[in-house]
Amino acid sequence: MSEAMLTVEDLQVNYGDFIAVNGASLSVPCGEIVSVVGTNGAGKSTLFDCVAGVVKPVRGKVTFKGEDITGLPAHEIVAKGLTLVPQGSRCFIRMTVEENLFMGSYTKKARKGYRDSLKKVYELFPVLYEKRNDLSGSLSGGQRQMVAIGRALMNAPEMILFDEISLGLAPTVIKDIYARIKEINAGGVTAVLIEQDVKRSLRTSAQCDVMLKGKVVLSGKSGDLTEEQIKLAYFGV
Amino acid sequence: MAQALINGILLGGLYAIVGVGMSIIFGIVKLTNLAHGDFVILGAYLSLAVSTATGLHPFASFAIVLPVMFGLGFAIQRTMVNRLLTRGDEPPLLVMFGLSIIIQNLLLQFFSADAQHLRSTYDIGSIKIGDTGAIIPLMFLIDCIIGVAIILALNMFMKKTYVGNAIRAVSDDNTAARIMGVNVPLVYGVAMGVAMVTAALAGVLVGMTYTIYPTSGSQYLIISFGVVVIGGMGSIKGTLVAGLIFGLAQLLGSYFLGTSLQLLAGYVIILVMLAVKPRGLFAK
Repeated sequence: MSEAMLTVEDLQVNYGDFIAVNGASLSVPCGEIVSVVGTNGAGKSTLFDCVAGVVKPVRGKVTFKGEDITGLPAHEIVAKGLTLVPQGSRCFIRMTVEENLFMGSYTKKARKGYRDSLKKVYELFPVLYEKRNDLSGSLSGGQRQMVAIGRALMNAPEMILFDEISLGLAPTVIKDIYARIKEINAGGVTAVLIEQDVKRSLRTSAQCDVMLKGKVVLSGKSGDLTEEQIKLAYFGV
Repeated sequence: MAQALINGILLGGLYAIVGVGMSIIFGIVKLTNLAHGDFVILGAYLSLAVSTATGLHPFASFAIVLPVMFGLGFAIQRTMVNRLLTRGDEPPLLVMFGLSIIIQNLLLQFFSADAQHLRSTYDIGSIKIGDTGAIIPLMFLIDCIIGVAIILALNMFMKKTYVGNAIRAVSDDNTAARIMGVNVPLVYGVAMGVAMVTAALAGVLVGMTYTIYPTSGSQYLIISFGVVVIGGMGSIKGTLVAGLIFGLAQLLGSYFLGTSLQLLAGYVIILVMLAVKPRGLFAK
């Protein structure tokens, strides 16, 4: 494996008195797909939110492409080429599909490539082109997820964090979206996925990390880990 | 009747531009800007000061008044309101209320309590419509044309530019907008600046059409409330339709019920709206 694009060291994030992430460490190699699995409340989403700058850590360090980005505001982190696809897609529901994609290219660097990026996104998700003038709020769950992914791609990022994109979607839709993620990764984008489904994680990713109670308790190449090993770490037994 | 209709429709354009800034701030910053009426009047007095000092036409005074008002709005948002947004609804509300009192008293200090008017040659002009006896007052026509033009321009700005789309995105989903690279506190500042610019534009038109006093703000605050309630918070197109409804309600109310009940007619429409469709006609 090549050098790490993203490293998280001993990260702690609190929500009031609740410690959501408690000393988590993670390393994501360049160009790979890494999956993060764990039960609800293990701190996966908070870890992602913190890396993307949506919430601030109490301690720990986040390094992206060798640069310390700990505690930077979200809009500065996205400008460095690290984009989050948040849980539940969070499309701008009162804006059209194309306006959502337009917002995806908001950073200075991304604006120049707007036309090219838009073309690529429409090639990847033809249905978004058909629905480009519809309000994203009128789309199905799967299509909204495509808008959210497309919106992230518009930033021409080097790394995308996908926060449980399979949540609440039909199996065929999930399969389709995962195929697109593989394509995106093949195009040179490093991907980190939060996933509930251990089998799917192992199938999709090169590396798998298991979170429990705010910590990463197991990390290894997907090929080396057995489902059994992961399940033990998953439930902390 | 024809005259009331004409005046009501023309007034609608003015009311829309009076209210649109309040609607923007409602929709984006989720703030009830109690000083909006005073911002409108402040714009008129600034124009008066510039015109008096330089002899410029009220419209030419925009060159100075609009940038100043934008800067003022931006500064108010960045230095005061932004700091309070995480502390619940009341603190920013009270800040705006305080600003309203400060503006009124500063205007009183510098311009006295006397009635003022922005003079122009449009005051006395009017266009006769055939032999119906009805006329189109020139100033009302200018109000309406400028009001509608600005609302349409604002709508374009919101749809076609990165800043405009960012303003809408922030109002839709603040966190998602941050993830896209939007500096939210900065956008709030710009939104307040834009709202102030529309207030100033409205203020100059108001000052050219009517007489103004340092305390006139409350009157325009209520008009703004009416426009926002009828049109729906944050909807720019809604303010245009709402302005029209509100203007017509007042003038037709005045025609049928007498001038003394003109204002009441407008407020009744607000009440009906709140009872029937509390989120407004074009609520998003």
